[in-house]
Amino acid sequence: MSEKNGNYGLRLKTGLAEMLKGGVIMDVTDAKQAEIAEKAGAVAVMALERVPAQIRAEGGVARMASPKKIREIMETVSIPVMAKCRIGHFAEAQVLQELGVDYVDESEVLTPADELHHVDKHAFKVPFVCGARDLGEALRRIAEGAAMIRTKGEAGTGDVVHAVKHLRQIVKDMRQLTVMGEEELYAQAKELRAPYELVRMVARSGKLPVPNFSAGGIATPADAALVRQLGAEAVFVGSGIFMSDSTTFAPAAEAEIRARAIVRATTHFDDPKVLLETSAECTGAMKGLAIAAMAEADMLQKRGW
Amino acid sequence: MTIGVLAIQGDYDAHKLRLEELGAKTLLVKKPEQLDQVDAIVIPGGESSTMLKFLERDGFMEKLREFVRAKPSFGTCAGAILLAKEVANPSQLSLGAMDICVTRNAYGRQLDSSILEADTKLAGGPLEMVFIRAPKISKLADDVQVLATYNGDPVLVRQKNKMAATFHPELSEDKRVHEAFLKMVREAKASG
Repeated sequence: MSEKNGNYGLRLKTGLAEMLKGGVIMDVTDAKQAEIAEKAGAVAVMALERVPAQIRAEGGVARMASPKKIREIMETVSIPVMAKCRIGHFAEAQVLQELGVDYVDESEVLTPADELHHVDKHAFKVPFVCGARDLGEALRRIAEGAAMIRTKGEAGTGDVVHAVKHLRQIVKDMRQLTVMGEEELYAQAKELRAPYELVRMVARSGKLPVPNFSAGGIATPADAALVRQLGAEAVFVGSGIFMSDSTTFAPAAEAEIRARAIVRATTHFDDPKVLLETSAECTGAMKGLAIAAMAEADMLQKRGW
Repeated sequence: MTIGVLAIQGDYDAHKLRLEELGAKTLLVKKPEQLDQVDAIVIPGGESSTMLKFLERDGFMEKLREFVRAKPSFGTCAGAILLAKEVANPSQLSLGAMDICVTRNAYGRQLDSSILEADTKLAGGPLEMVFIRAPKISKLADDVQVLATYNGDPVLVRQKNKMAATFHPELSEDKRVHEAFLKMVREAKASG
């Protein structure tokens, strides 16, 4: 893999992702929510103008959050702060890097700015996380310089079904590579539309060369435990903590209990006793939107190429 | 001899892997009662504020505090913050096992993270150091031994049977820091 930042670039970028493992990254829209997230034990926050459920409900063009808002959140918490840029919008990414955010999410939740190209992430010092639905998509993003992959799921729905689908797909695709002969890998790379070098790397190690997290529709402690047990190394929770439905914020006390419960379930993902306790603590989860009843055109996960 | 790795959150798997490469038996510690099964503890990198949330319940803090005061312990980055007697920026609870003051995020944000090489008292020449949103050891007692510095700041220190690093030896190929820790654990075990 070539690196424009020198040999140290990717290691430093994935290094921060290593520190986030086993934790929960929470979407927040203001300093007060960021404070609640940190107090509940979030390992990082994602600074947004609107959470995905609101974006979905309100429509319009969704862009990078205002630097003023992101800065306010950065000044409030001591944990890492991430922010989203539109797919392919390298100028937004430049702004976020200049602002000093710790991770940039080139995200399908925002309205894409380029229908063909993603951001050349090697050109940046700030690390990037990108969404993927299968191994080919994950490896294309890694080839472009992503230092963390997350499942896309279907953001803003509170329906975990596609986070599960994407995670299972990625794991299945990787497992398949590990039993292939050397000569089969060339054809498989073509099939996956991914660079052969990366395909061979996964075939040998059985895992992605960067940390693999999960996002998209995770709304309860049990959802977090589910994706962790399926192999996700950490969890992004978007609308699931601070929203009670697509347009209304949950009361702060309720959000805090939910945040704390999801954090605990993410660490003790394989301990049903703790999962019962955390599930019982939560008073209601976001109402959500069933993906099965959704029109394909409304799906955010289709964005990205 | 079993080395516990605190596995609430963070890069505990990298520590586990490194310790096992060096022939040690490991146990991931997520609950206070698991401390009874280990001879030493490694507190990994991650977010110290998150780890504290878990330590604040079920008597974990008290139990771990007692453990790290008596048994060999090693903390990297967030782990160093937890082992310190005093924490700044912001001030937060800690285990108080080492007479050091640690300042969080002292070098800035992720963009200021770096991989450097610096001299060390460990045999074998300069040591690679991976700094990620690193803390800084801003004060230390006289009996704290400095094993490595960078730009005049102590980055690897030892006090009796405790070690702390503000960088991440678990993310480097160089195994010397973990070797030094395991040697310390074996010596502690031998002297009873």
